[in-house]
Amino acid sequence: MIQLSAPFTLEKIAALKVGDAVEISGILYTGRDAVHKYLHDGGELPKEVNLQDGIIYHCGPVVLKDEQGNWKVTAAGPTTSIREEPYQGDIIKQFGLRGVIGKGGMGSRTLAACKESGCVYFHAIGGAAQVLAECIKRVRNVYLLEKFGSPEAIWELEVERFPVVVTMDSHGNSLHEEVFSRSQAELSKRL
Amino acid sequence: MSLLQDSLIELIRRTSAEIPDDVHQGIVQSLENEKKGTIAESALKIIERNIELAKQKSQPICQDTGSIIFYVECPVGFDQITFEETAREAVQLATKKGYLRQNSVDSLTGKNDGTNVGPGSPNIHFHQHRSAETSVSLVLKGGGCENVGAQYSLPNEKLKANRDLDGCRRVILDAVLQAQGKGCGPGILGVCIGGDRASGYEFSKQQFLRKIPDRNPNPELDKLEQDIVETANALGIGPMGFGGKTTLLGAKIGVANRLPASFFVSVSYMCWAFRRQGVEIAADGKINRWLY
Repeated sequence: MIQLSAPFTLEKIAALKVGDAVEISGILYTGRDAVHKYLHDGGELPKEVNLQDGIIYHCGPVVLKDEQGNWKVTAAGPTTSIREEPYQGDIIKQFGLRGVIGKGGMGSRTLAACKESGCVYFHAIGGAAQVLAECIKRVRNVYLLEKFGSPEAIWELEVERFPVVVTMDSHGNSLHEEVFSRSQAELSKRL
Repeated sequence: MSLLQDSLIELIRRTSAEIPDDVHQGIVQSLENEKKGTIAESALKIIERNIELAKQKSQPICQDTGSIIFYVECPVGFDQITFEETAREAVQLATKKGYLRQNSVDSLTGKNDGTNVGPGSPNIHFHQHRSAETSVSLVLKGGGCENVGAQYSLPNEKLKANRDLDGCRRVILDAVLQAQGKGCGPGILGVCIGGDRASGYEFSKQQFLRKIPDRNPNPELDKLEQDIVETANALGIGPMGFGGKTTLLGAKIGVANRLPASFFVSVSYMCWAFRRQGVEIAADGKINRWLY
């Protein structure tokens, strides 16, 4: 198991390769459908949010307010990433992202942007909302909550040992491409 | 608050936080079968731990608490309007308690009012029967797996699928191939052969009320179900599409009549976080027993 802690430097990211099991500690920003479209359309990123050398997490968490008025994430697994394929590559390059966490993998444009700009795609376990919520130690802030609603807002989360697998690295390799072409060949033998 | 409302909130809580036994057994089995030390095995271990944690903490197994689909079997004379009103209130309260995510968005304005109640949500299907019993089943179906559902119109030249069982087999397996990774496998398929575009999907989803190990009473469909699972598991797609031995935990196939001009095969995909429960409701609204 590889430990990846902030700051998420280019050097650390470049050392990761497809198939690596990684635990991430540091800050993650959630961002999913609404945020990606908004940023891609030229929407302004809240000034407190710094995505340079950052990691974005495709996630719409369940968040409740406790009696003291503090946010508490009670479920936080990844959402399907491929919906962000039209936007992700440009956002990686524009904001200097070093990591994208989601599920299901992404396409060739994102893979190319990962290579060009030094970024990796981390696959979290879909549906594992409780295991992943336990790794979230604190909600530091939330942005665009009114505009987009809770699942689509940008949540700034402090995580410890958040488990993921590298399925697209910064060297042009994709586990998703490999598994797809292998399974497609296996299926054609069985039709 | 009525007893029925209490019962429905408890049904929602348990459906959201606890995997039914039949599905859980399938996951435990697939963990045993998976090759040790692989990322597929570690994915299943995380899934297994997640199932335990959600139950213990009484919190959602998956943050996407999905489309809320009630299936109500009721006697003649049952008050459907009161049931629907009670169910809508129960959904709002369950959302406040965090059993459900604020998950319902106005499709035109993009606004999420946080209640989970609006046009089409929750979705309630009533079915009358001659028995005096009332039972309510609930399926919470997440968006990731819903998005990889597929409807094929046969013949499909590209997939060499004709209007026969082999053609059905070809398109169902294509749906499995295309869903890989995205639908949170290992998954369970609900399929309808026939029907129209709406009833086909509708009926495919009703297959999820069947238990995983049950067998189809129709021998031809039973054979197809077994074959789909066996073939899918030989493709090496595996949990989360990481590569591995278990791609499907089950396939449930129903048939509906079709028009001479149409031949639809509708495939609904359910993720491993298969949230389905049911209760038999007593006359006073209390829960008599759990169905799964």
